[in-house]
Amino acid sequence: MTAIDPRPSVIADRLSGVKRVIAVTGWKGGIGKSVTASTLALLLARRGFRTGLFDLDFAGASDHLVLGAKGLFPKEEKGLEPPVLEGVSFMSVVFFSENKAVPLRGANVSDAIIELLAITRWGELDFLVLDMPPGINDAALDVMRFARGAEVLAVTTPSVLAHDVLERSLELYRKLKVPVLGVVENMSAGRHGTADAAIRTDPALEKALGRPEALLKTAFAGDLARAAGKLGIIG
Amino acid sequence: MHEWALAESVIKSAVAHAGEQKLRRLKETGVVFGELQDIDREIFSFALEELRAQVPGAAACSFKISVEPAAFRCKACSHEFPLKGLKKTKDESEFIHFVPEMAHTFLKCPKCKSPDFEIIRGRGVSISYIKGEK
Repeated sequence: MTAIDPRPSVIADRLSGVKRVIAVTGWKGGIGKSVTASTLALLLARRGFRTGLFDLDFAGASDHLVLGAKGLFPKEEKGLEPPVLEGVSFMSVVFFSENKAVPLRGANVSDAIIELLAITRWGELDFLVLDMPPGINDAALDVMRFARGAEVLAVTTPSVLAHDVLERSLELYRKLKVPVLGVVENMSAGRHGTADAAIRTDPALEKALGRPEALLKTAFAGDLARAAGKLGIIG
Repeated sequence: MHEWALAESVIKSAVAHAGEQKLRRLKETGVVFGELQDIDREIFSFALEELRAQVPGAAACSFKISVEPAAFRCKACSHEFPLKGLKKTKDESEFIHFVPEMAHTFLKCPKCKSPDFEIIRGRGVSISYIKGEK
Protein backbone atom coordinates (compact mmCIF):
# COMPACT_ATOMS: atom_id res chain seq x y z
CA MET A 1 0.00 0.00 0.00
CA THR A 2 1.03 3.63 -0.43
CA ALA A 3 2.62 5.17 2.65
CA ILE A 4 0.16 7.06 4.82
CA ASP A 5 1.04 10.49 6.17
CA PRO A 6 -0.36 10.32 9.73
CA ARG A 7 0.06 14.00 10.61
CA PRO A 8 -3.17 15.44 9.17
CA SER A 9 -5.20 13.12 11.43
CA VAL A 10 -4.44 15.25 14.52
CA ILE A 11 -4.55 18.78 13.10
CA ALA A 12 -8.27 19.26 13.75
CA ASP A 13 -7.69 18.15 17.36
CA ARG A 14 -4.82 20.62 17.76
CA LEU A 15 -7.11 23.46 16.67
CA SER A 16 -10.21 22.22 18.48
CA GLY A 17 -9.70 24.57 21.44
CA VAL A 18 -9.52 27.64 19.20
CA LYS A 19 -12.75 29.63 18.94
CA ARG A 20 -11.86 31.81 15.94
CA VAL A 21 -9.08 31.58 13.37
CA ILE A 22 -8.30 34.85 11.57
CA ALA A 23 -6.19 34.34 8.44
CA VAL A 24 -4.46 37.60 7.57
CA THR A 25 -3.72 37.43 3.88
CA GLY A 26 -2.22 39.66 1.25
CA TRP A 27 -1.18 38.66 -2.19
CA LYS A 28 1.52 41.24 -2.72
CA GLY A 29 4.75 41.68 -0.82
CA GLY A 30 5.45 44.74 1.28
CA ILE A 31 1.83 45.63 2.00
CA GLY A 32 2.10 45.27 5.78
CA LYS A 33 0.55 41.85 6.22
CA SER A 34 2.92 40.75 8.98
CA VAL A 35 2.69 44.04 10.90
CA THR A 36 -1.10 43.85 10.63
CA ALA A 37 -1.24 40.21 11.82
CA SER A 38 1.18 40.76 14.71
CA THR A 39 -0.43 44.01 15.87
CA LEU A 40 -3.88 42.47 15.65
CA ALA A 41 -2.68 39.63 17.91
CA LEU A 42 -1.28 42.15 20.40
CA LEU A 43 -4.52 44.18 20.35
CA LEU A 44 -6.60 41.07 21.00
CA ALA A 45 -4.34 39.91 23.84
CA ARG A 46 -4.40 43.40 25.37
CA ARG A 47 -8.20 43.22 25.44
CA GLY A 48 -8.03 40.03 27.45
CA PHE A 49 -8.60 37.52 24.69
CA ARG A 50 -6.54 34.33 24.77
CA THR A 51 -4.62 34.83 21.55
CA GLY A 52 -2.21 32.89 19.37
CA LEU A 53 -0.13 34.07 16.42
CA PHE A 54 1.30 31.65 13.86
CA ASP A 55 3.75 33.08 11.32
CA LEU A 56 3.22 30.93 8.24
CA ASP A 57 5.20 33.16 5.90
CA PHE A 58 8.22 30.85 6.04
CA ALA A 59 10.30 32.58 3.38
CA GLY A 60 9.81 36.03 4.87
CA ALA A 61 9.03 35.30 8.52
CA SER A 62 9.07 38.62 10.35
CA ASP A 63 6.42 38.54 13.07
CA HIS A 64 9.19 37.91 15.60
CA LEU A 65 10.75 41.22 14.57
CA VAL A 66 7.45 43.05 14.96
CA LEU A 67 6.95 41.52 18.41
CA GLY A 68 10.58 41.88 19.47
CA ALA A 69 10.70 38.16 20.25
CA LYS A 70 14.19 37.14 21.34
CA GLY A 71 15.50 34.07 23.10
CA LEU A 72 12.21 32.22 22.92
CA PHE A 73 11.66 28.56 22.13
CA PRO A 74 8.58 26.34 22.36
CA LYS A 75 8.28 24.04 25.34
CA GLU A 76 8.23 20.32 24.62
CA GLU A 77 5.16 18.84 26.27
CA LYS A 78 3.65 15.97 24.31
CA GLY A 79 4.19 18.21 21.31
CA LEU A 80 5.27 21.84 21.24
CA GLU A 81 3.72 24.55 23.39
CA PRO A 82 4.24 28.00 21.85
CA PRO A 83 6.08 30.51 24.03
CA VAL A 84 3.97 33.42 25.27
CA LEU A 85 5.02 36.99 24.55
CA GLU A 86 2.93 39.98 25.68
CA GLY A 87 0.03 37.60 26.19
CA VAL A 88 0.35 36.14 22.69
CA SER A 89 1.16 32.45 22.17
CA PHE A 90 3.59 32.66 19.30
CA MET A 91 4.81 30.08 16.82
CA SER A 92 7.21 30.71 13.95
CA VAL A 93 9.67 28.83 11.79
CA VAL A 94 12.41 31.16 13.07
CA PHE A 95 12.53 29.12 16.27
CA PHE A 96 14.04 26.34 14.15
CA SER A 97 16.06 28.27 11.59
CA GLU A 98 18.33 30.37 13.80
CA ASN A 99 17.07 33.30 11.72
CA LYS A 100 18.84 31.92 8.66
CA ALA A 101 17.27 31.69 5.20
CA VAL A 102 14.75 28.89 4.78
CA PRO A 103 15.11 28.00 1.08
CA LEU A 104 12.06 25.79 0.62
CA ARG A 105 10.20 24.83 -2.52
CA GLY A 106 6.40 24.85 -2.40
CA ALA A 107 5.89 21.22 -1.42
CA ASN A 108 8.50 21.56 1.33
CA VAL A 109 6.76 24.63 2.76
CA SER A 110 3.54 22.66 2.81
CA ASP A 111 5.25 19.73 4.57
CA ALA A 112 6.79 22.01 7.19
CA ILE A 113 3.46 23.73 7.86
CA ILE A 114 1.68 20.39 8.25
CA GLU A 115 4.42 19.26 10.65
CA LEU A 116 4.00 22.35 12.83
CA LEU A 117 0.20 22.18 12.70
CA ALA A 118 0.41 18.54 13.85
CA ILE A 119 2.79 19.04 16.76
CA THR A 120 1.82 22.50 18.08
CA ARG A 121 -0.49 22.45 21.07
CA TRP A 122 -2.34 25.77 21.12
CA GLY A 123 -4.66 24.79 23.95
CA GLU A 124 -7.69 27.00 24.58
CA LEU A 125 -7.67 30.22 22.57
CA ASP A 126 -10.26 32.84 21.72
CA PHE A 127 -8.32 33.82 18.60
CA LEU A 128 -5.58 32.30 16.51
CA VAL A 129 -4.19 34.83 14.05
CA LEU A 130 -2.48 33.27 11.04
CA ASP A 131 0.06 35.36 9.15
CA MET A 132 -0.57 33.55 5.88
CA PRO A 133 1.96 32.58 3.24
CA PRO A 134 1.92 35.29 0.55
CA GLY A 135 -0.14 34.68 -2.56
CA ILE A 136 -1.95 31.45 -3.18
CA ASN A 137 0.08 28.29 -3.53
CA ASP A 138 -0.03 24.77 -2.18
CA ALA A 139 1.04 25.96 1.27
CA ALA A 140 -1.74 28.58 1.47
CA LEU A 141 -4.28 26.11 0.13
CA ASP A 142 -3.18 23.53 2.70
CA VAL A 143 -3.63 26.03 5.52
CA MET A 144 -7.15 26.84 4.38
CA ARG A 145 -7.86 23.10 4.07
CA PHE A 146 -6.69 22.28 7.58
CA ALA A 147 -7.79 25.44 9.40
CA ARG A 148 -11.45 24.85 8.67
CA GLY A 149 -13.65 27.73 9.69
CA ALA A 150 -10.83 30.26 9.24
CA GLU A 151 -12.02 33.77 8.40
CA VAL A 152 -9.96 35.87 6.03
CA LEU A 153 -8.83 39.40 6.80
CA ALA A 154 -7.42 40.67 3.51
CA VAL A 155 -4.75 43.37 3.48
CA THR A 156 -4.12 45.66 0.54
CA THR A 157 -2.60 49.06 -0.23
CA PRO A 158 -3.85 51.99 -2.35
CA SER A 159 -1.79 50.73 -5.32
CA VAL A 160 -3.86 49.70 -8.29
CA LEU A 161 -1.61 46.64 -8.55
CA ALA A 162 -2.44 45.52 -5.01
CA HIS A 163 -6.16 46.12 -5.58
CA ASP A 164 -6.20 44.16 -8.82
CA VAL A 165 -4.48 41.19 -7.20
CA LEU A 166 -6.81 41.53 -4.23
CA GLU A 167 -9.89 41.19 -6.44
CA ARG A 168 -8.54 37.93 -7.81
CA SER A 169 -7.82 36.63 -4.31
CA LEU A 170 -11.32 37.48 -3.09
CA GLU A 171 -12.79 35.66 -6.07
CA LEU A 172 -10.78 32.58 -5.13
CA TYR A 173 -11.89 32.69 -1.49
CA ARG A 174 -15.48 32.88 -2.68
CA LYS A 175 -14.89 29.75 -4.78
CA LEU A 176 -13.26 28.01 -1.81
CA LYS A 177 -16.24 29.09 0.34
CA VAL A 178 -13.88 30.75 2.82
CA PRO A 179 -15.58 33.60 4.69
CA VAL A 180 -13.98 37.01 4.19
CA LEU A 181 -14.30 39.38 7.14
CA GLY A 182 -13.27 42.32 5.02
CA VAL A 183 -10.48 44.24 3.38
CA VAL A 184 -8.22 46.70 5.16
CA GLU A 185 -6.24 49.18 3.11
CA ASN A 186 -2.83 49.81 4.63
CA MET A 187 -0.75 52.93 3.95
CA SER A 188 -4.00 54.61 3.10
CA ALA A 189 -4.49 58.31 2.48
CA GLY A 190 -7.93 57.89 4.01
CA ARG A 191 -9.88 57.25 0.84
CA HIS A 192 -10.37 53.55 0.97
CA GLY A 193 -12.45 52.96 -2.16
CA THR A 194 -13.59 49.35 -2.20
CA ALA A 195 -11.83 48.49 1.07
CA ASP A 196 -13.90 48.11 4.24
CA ALA A 197 -11.49 50.01 6.46
CA ALA A 198 -8.44 52.23 6.12
CA ILE A 199 -5.20 52.26 8.07
CA ARG A 200 -3.39 55.52 7.52
CA THR A 201 0.30 55.79 6.80
CA ASP A 202 2.00 56.21 10.15
CA PRO A 203 5.54 57.61 10.11
CA ALA A 204 5.99 56.49 13.73
CA LEU A 205 5.32 52.84 12.97
CA GLU A 206 8.82 51.84 11.87
CA LYS A 207 10.41 53.01 15.11
CA ALA A 208 7.85 51.10 17.17
CA LEU A 209 8.58 47.75 15.52
CA GLY A 210 10.03 45.29 18.01
CA ARG A 211 8.51 47.19 20.96
CA PRO A 212 4.97 45.93 21.58
CA GLU A 213 4.15 48.63 24.13
CA ALA A 214 5.14 51.40 21.70
CA LEU A 215 3.49 49.61 18.80
CA LEU A 216 0.14 49.53 20.58
CA LYS A 217 0.33 53.30 21.04
CA THR A 218 0.81 54.06 17.33
CA ALA A 219 -1.85 55.55 15.08
CA PHE A 220 -1.45 52.36 13.04
CA ALA A 221 -2.63 50.24 15.99
CA GLY A 222 -5.46 52.70 16.65
CA ASP A 223 -6.68 52.47 13.07
CA LEU A 224 -6.32 48.69 13.10
CA ALA A 225 -8.32 48.46 16.33
CA ARG A 226 -11.11 50.51 14.71
CA ALA A 227 -10.97 48.31 11.62
CA ALA A 228 -11.14 45.17 13.78
CA GLY A 229 -14.17 46.59 15.54
CA LYS A 230 -15.86 47.50 12.28
CA LEU A 231 -15.21 44.05 10.82
CA GLY A 232 -16.57 42.23 13.86
CA ILE A 233 -13.28 40.85 15.18
CA ILE A 234 -13.36 42.92 18.36
CA GLY A 235 -16.86 43.42 19.72
CA MET B 1 8.91 14.68 23.79
CA HIS B 2 7.26 15.96 20.63
CA GLU B 3 7.40 12.27 19.63
CA TRP B 4 4.20 12.00 21.66
CA ALA B 5 2.30 14.22 19.21
CA LEU B 6 3.51 12.17 16.24
CA ALA B 7 2.69 8.88 17.99
CA GLU B 8 -0.82 10.19 18.54
CA SER B 9 -1.11 10.96 14.84
CA VAL B 10 0.02 7.43 13.94
CA ILE B 11 -2.60 5.81 16.16
CA LYS B 12 -5.46 8.05 15.04
CA SER B 13 -4.51 7.70 11.39
CA ALA B 14 -4.18 3.90 11.61
CA VAL B 15 -7.59 3.59 13.28
CA ALA B 16 -9.17 5.90 10.68
CA HIS B 17 -7.70 3.90 7.79
CA ALA B 18 -8.78 0.64 9.39
CA GLY B 19 -12.30 2.04 9.44
CA GLU B 20 -12.08 3.03 5.78
CA GLN B 21 -10.90 -0.49 4.91
CA LYS B 22 -13.74 -1.93 7.00
CA LEU B 23 -11.34 -3.81 9.28
CA ARG B 24 -13.22 -5.02 12.31
CA ARG B 25 -10.10 -5.19 14.45
CA LEU B 26 -6.82 -3.36 13.87
CA LYS B 27 -4.02 -5.81 14.69
CA GLU B 28 -0.78 -4.44 13.30
CA THR B 29 0.58 -1.17 11.98
CA GLY B 30 3.88 -0.67 10.20
CA VAL B 31 5.54 2.59 11.26
CA VAL B 32 8.48 4.01 9.35
CA PHE B 33 10.90 6.48 10.90
CA GLY B 34 12.72 8.59 8.34
CA GLU B 35 16.37 8.76 9.35
CA LEU B 36 16.40 12.54 8.82
CA GLN B 37 13.95 13.28 11.66
CA ASP B 38 15.88 11.08 14.10
CA ILE B 39 12.86 10.10 16.19
CA ASP B 40 13.61 8.68 19.65
CA ARG B 41 12.35 5.13 19.33
CA GLU B 42 12.05 4.57 23.08
CA ILE B 43 9.93 7.67 23.71
CA PHE B 44 7.80 7.03 20.63
CA SER B 45 7.16 3.39 21.64
CA PHE B 46 6.30 4.45 25.18
CA ALA B 47 3.83 7.02 23.81
CA LEU B 48 2.27 4.41 21.54
CA GLU B 49 1.79 2.05 24.50
CA GLU B 50 0.23 4.79 26.63
CA LEU B 51 -2.04 6.09 23.87
CA ARG B 52 -3.08 2.68 22.55
CA ALA B 53 -5.41 2.14 25.48
CA GLN B 54 -6.96 5.60 25.12
CA VAL B 55 -7.95 5.39 21.46
CA PRO B 56 -10.92 3.12 20.71
CA GLY B 57 -9.96 0.61 18.05
CA ALA B 58 -6.24 0.66 18.78
CA ALA B 59 -6.11 -1.47 21.94
CA ALA B 60 -5.23 -4.73 20.13
CA CYS B 61 -2.78 -3.19 17.69
CA SER B 62 0.95 -3.86 17.73
CA PHE B 63 3.34 -1.46 16.04
CA LYS B 64 6.29 -2.62 13.96
CA ILE B 65 8.84 0.15 13.66
CA SER B 66 11.49 0.32 10.96
CA VAL B 67 13.96 3.03 9.96
CA GLU B 68 14.29 4.27 6.39
CA PRO B 69 17.70 5.74 5.53
CA ALA B 70 17.52 9.30 4.27
CA ALA B 71 18.58 10.11 0.71
CA PHE B 72 18.75 13.43 -1.10
CA ARG B 73 19.02 14.55 -4.72
CA CYS B 74 20.54 17.91 -5.53
CA LYS B 75 18.35 20.06 -7.79
CA ALA B 76 21.38 22.00 -8.99
CA CYS B 77 23.80 19.20 -9.96
CA SER B 78 21.61 16.04 -9.69
CA HIS B 79 24.05 14.45 -7.22
CA GLU B 80 22.42 11.91 -4.92
CA PHE B 81 23.74 11.67 -1.39
CA PRO B 82 22.96 10.11 2.01
CA LEU B 83 22.61 11.82 5.39
CA LYS B 84 25.73 10.16 6.73
CA GLY B 85 28.72 12.44 6.40
CA LEU B 86 26.73 15.71 6.22
CA LYS B 87 27.94 18.16 8.85
CA LYS B 88 25.48 19.62 11.36
CA THR B 89 25.72 20.90 14.91
CA LYS B 90 23.75 19.47 17.82
CA ASP B 91 21.34 22.44 17.68
CA GLU B 92 20.88 22.06 13.94
CA SER B 93 20.12 18.35 14.38
CA GLU B 94 17.53 19.30 16.99
CA PHE B 95 15.85 21.82 14.65
CA ILE B 96 15.74 19.22 11.87
CA HIS B 97 14.28 16.78 14.38
CA PHE B 98 11.34 19.14 14.97
CA VAL B 99 10.91 20.25 11.35
CA PRO B 100 12.80 18.04 8.85
CA GLU B 101 12.55 20.75 6.16
CA MET B 102 15.11 22.72 8.16
CA ALA B 103 17.58 20.38 6.44
CA HIS B 104 17.43 22.90 3.59
CA THR B 105 18.66 25.60 5.96
CA PHE B 106 21.47 23.65 7.58
CA LEU B 107 22.55 20.99 5.06
CA LYS B 108 23.93 21.33 1.55
CA CYS B 109 24.87 19.18 -1.38
CA PRO B 110 28.36 17.78 -0.65
CA LYS B 111 29.31 18.13 -4.31
CA CYS B 112 28.16 21.64 -5.31
CA LYS B 113 27.17 23.10 -1.88
CA SER B 114 23.63 23.99 -3.00
CA PRO B 115 20.84 23.98 -0.37
CA ASP B 116 18.34 23.29 -3.17
CA PHE B 117 17.92 19.54 -2.89
CA GLU B 118 15.08 17.08 -2.76
CA ILE B 119 14.50 14.70 0.12
CA ILE B 120 13.97 11.51 -1.88
CA ARG B 121 13.24 9.30 1.11
CA GLY B 122 13.68 8.96 4.84
CA ARG B 123 12.10 12.31 5.82
CA GLY B 124 9.83 11.69 8.80
CA VAL B 125 7.20 9.43 10.32
CA SER B 126 4.83 7.50 8.07
CA ILE B 127 2.63 4.42 8.14
CA SER B 128 3.69 1.70 5.68
CA TYR B 129 0.83 -0.74 6.24
CA ILE B 130 -2.03 -1.74 8.50
CA LYS B 131 -3.33 -5.24 9.13
CA GLY B 132 -6.52 -6.40 10.78
CA GLU B 133 -9.49 -8.72 10.75
CA LYS B 134 -12.30 -8.10 8.31
